[in-house]
Amino acid sequence: MSSINLTIDNMQVQVEPGTTVLQAARQAGIKIPTLCYLEEINEIGACRICLVEVQGARTLQASCVTPVSEGMVVRTNTTQVRQVRKMNLELIMSNHPQECLTCPRSTNCELQQLASELGITEIKFAGEMSSYEPDYSSASLVRDPRKCILCRRCTSVCENVQKVNAIGPQERGFNTIVAPAFLEPLGEVSCVNCGQCALVCPTAAIHEKDQTAEVWKVLADPKKHVVVQTAPAVRVSIGEMFGLQPGSVETGRLVAALRKLGFDRVFDTDFTADLTIMEEGNELLQRIKEGGKLPLVTSCSPGWIKYIEHFYPEMLPHLSTCKSPQQMFGALAKSYYVEQAGIDAADIFVVSIMPCTAKKFEAGRHEMADSGHQDVDVVLTTRELGKMLREAGIEFSALAEEEYDAPLGMSTGAGVIFGSTGGVMEAALRTAYELVTGETLPALDFHAVRGLEGVKEASVNLNGTTLNAVVAHGLGNAMDVLERVKAGHQYHFIEIMCCPGGCIGGGGQPIPTNREVREKRMAGIYNADQGMVIRKSHENPAVQALYKDFLGEPLGHKSHQLLHTHYMPRNRH
Amino acid sequence: MAEALTCDNRLTQEYLDIVDEIIKPYRGQPGNLIQVLHKAQSRVGFLPREVQVKVADGLGVPLTKVYGVVSFYSLFNTLPKGKHKITICAGTACYVRGAKQLINQLKEDMDLEPGGTTEDGMFSLDLVRCIGACGLGPVVTVDDEVHGKVHREKLTKIMAKYKEE
Ligand code: SF4
Ligand code: SF4
Ligand code: SF4
Ligand code: FES
Repeated sequence: MSSINLTIDNMQVQVEPGTTVLQAARQAGIKIPTLCYLEEINEIGACRICLVEVQGARTLQASCVTPVSEGMVVRTNTTQVRQVRKMNLELIMSNHPQECLTCPRSTNCELQQLASELGITEIKFAGEMSSYEPDYSSASLVRDPRKCILCRRCTSVCENVQKVNAIGPQERGFNTIVAPAFLEPLGEVSCVNCGQCALVCPTAAIHEKDQTAEVWKVLADPKKHVVVQTAPAVRVSIGEMFGLQPGSVETGRLVAALRKLGFDRVFDTDFTADLTIMEEGNELLQRIKEGGKLPLVTSCSPGWIKYIEHFYPEMLPHLSTCKSPQQMFGALAKSYYVEQAGIDAADIFVVSIMPCTAKKFEAGRHEMADSGHQDVDVVLTTRELGKMLREAGIEFSALAEEEYDAPLGMSTGAGVIFGSTGGVMEAALRTAYELVTGETLPALDFHAVRGLEGVKEASVNLNGTTLNAVVAHGLGNAMDVLERVKAGHQYHFIEIMCCPGGCIGGGGQPIPTNREVREKRMAGIYNADQGMVIRKSHENPAVQALYKDFLGEPLGHKSHQLLHTHYMPRNRH
Repeated sequence: MAEALTCDNRLTQEYLDIVDEIIKPYRGQPGNLIQVLHKAQSRVGFLPREVQVKVADGLGVPLTKVYGVVSFYSLFNTLPKGKHKITICAGTACYVRGAKQLINQLKEDMDLEPGGTTEDGMFSLDLVRCIGACGLGPVVTVDDEVHGKVHREKLTKIMAKYKEE
């Protein structure tokens, strides 16, 4: 189709048909402020901040929902446009609490930034304030409806990307609120704690449950031996909290920063990611050999686990019984590690740094206590860690790189790629191939399972038998794959990650997390993999030693006791 | 046919069966949500949680959406209606002639608010748009009986009469 010519601020612009005025302006390097708009996710024209003048139109038009047309003449910067945008923002602010000084999103809030950019210097309309109370019922997230501007970005993500529909617009008029049905507490509905809503919220109306105080407290307690584990995806995003580029691999500085904060040992979840490959890989081979339940589905992602428990309980037997790497780590820290280090298991405190809000819920599951203590004590998101480092005055980008502690800090490239969609599958294939064929893999990279496509399939020949693998990320895509399985598709192994992009796009990651940022972090993950000396889980010497000295063999008695779990069906409503 | 429910919050199996009947032709058709809610309300009298859950699962609509619709449109109610249904005309004429004071009076005397039902399940109150009896304003109807030119004492008397029944 031929392209469309229009004029924006006296510039001739040529774009594809179907482009919106907003996109056309962006392509031409002209900035139009937006608030409710979120590319590919929320394009509903609700806030009317993005208004522009279109010659011949009676009123100002919302550029985010106005398609371009041939010969259109647009002005984005007239006195009227600026005044009306400003007034619309002032109306939104009229019932917004003026709490920036104490707000968790301060300096990272789109509303705050917009108020500054549009030059708001006084509150003109002081309206009635919403009387809805904050909701602290969820283990992962806090809802603060007073700060909600009803942009609906969160409900779009929850409905269209995750297809959970835990929250939506309720009631009407001044009482309108974004909440679960019947305004029930978030912790009591089928919300999976993925935090994708928090990731897209422009304000502090939905945010992670802040547990930094608990960690400060225990770091100051000399009787506690405090160990920390870092998830694979954190090393490629933590830099963003300090102005570095997304995808910049900051493993060494992350370790240094955690030591500076006062952790007694800095370990790596990548270690138990390698261990997961040993357990889950063997589980897969066993199920294939013994005619067990197939396809086998991965169980690393706690949002995904809660989703299947609520929405597909009949498919729970497909799940791997492996705990997630975070939980395997906790169980080992409080058994194997304390035994080796000669520490009383009651005196060790395990903190996780995760890209994920659902990990907070997972750590609190009561069955996750096989060491005799809760496996993991506190989970902090990447964002919370960033805040702690700032509070401690640690200049992240000035730190010299340091190494993880042994033995639970030893890992491989296969462990790192757990942080991206397709990574668990690729790591499993690297190991399964060599275990089954007894030969060395000719090429380590499985490109078919990489990238941001929603559902990715691959078939691998293992000594004559074909292994059909499929990878999905984002729960909407997960649902598609489950329906394919129900319809009789023959898969052997399925990797599912709750969040779009996998953990690099997790609900606890720095804001913004959009497509471009996800791509950069993903590239960072594969760079980190390339940079590792060992890139296959079964070659991790610390994992080999763990089996030799403590666990025995994969799927052995001790493994079952410490590293495996069970699931529970939950109601949908 | 079962009579519309009044004061009890729990639904009997009979009503749940009726709701199932209503849903049946629309199974898996999310587009018919409002229509189905209408039918359910006209048979059951109100839309408690369990009815909304049935509609959600039956039509394949998320419960969040069902409640979103029910709580958005004022014609849907989630609480049972009282044994006697009071309506007060909130048209301009009735309003300027004292409808507002009558609404306040019901709030003070019986803790009854528009859209609500009294504790004992005897009365529920709704506001209606102009019913075209402006000359008689303010107009109060109780069930099918219309009372015109209502003022404080008259309203007290009317309520007393129904309470005695
Ligand atoms: S949400 Fe944003 S604008 Fe509102 S109080 Fe917090 S920082 Fe300020
Ligand atoms: S955490 Fe996930 S499931 Fe829960 S409300 Fe937010 S987007 Fe929906
Ligand atoms: S909670 Fe946040 S994302 Fe959701 S509607 Fe409110 S302001 Fe928008
Ligand atoms: S950004 Fe266009 S209407 Fe909100």
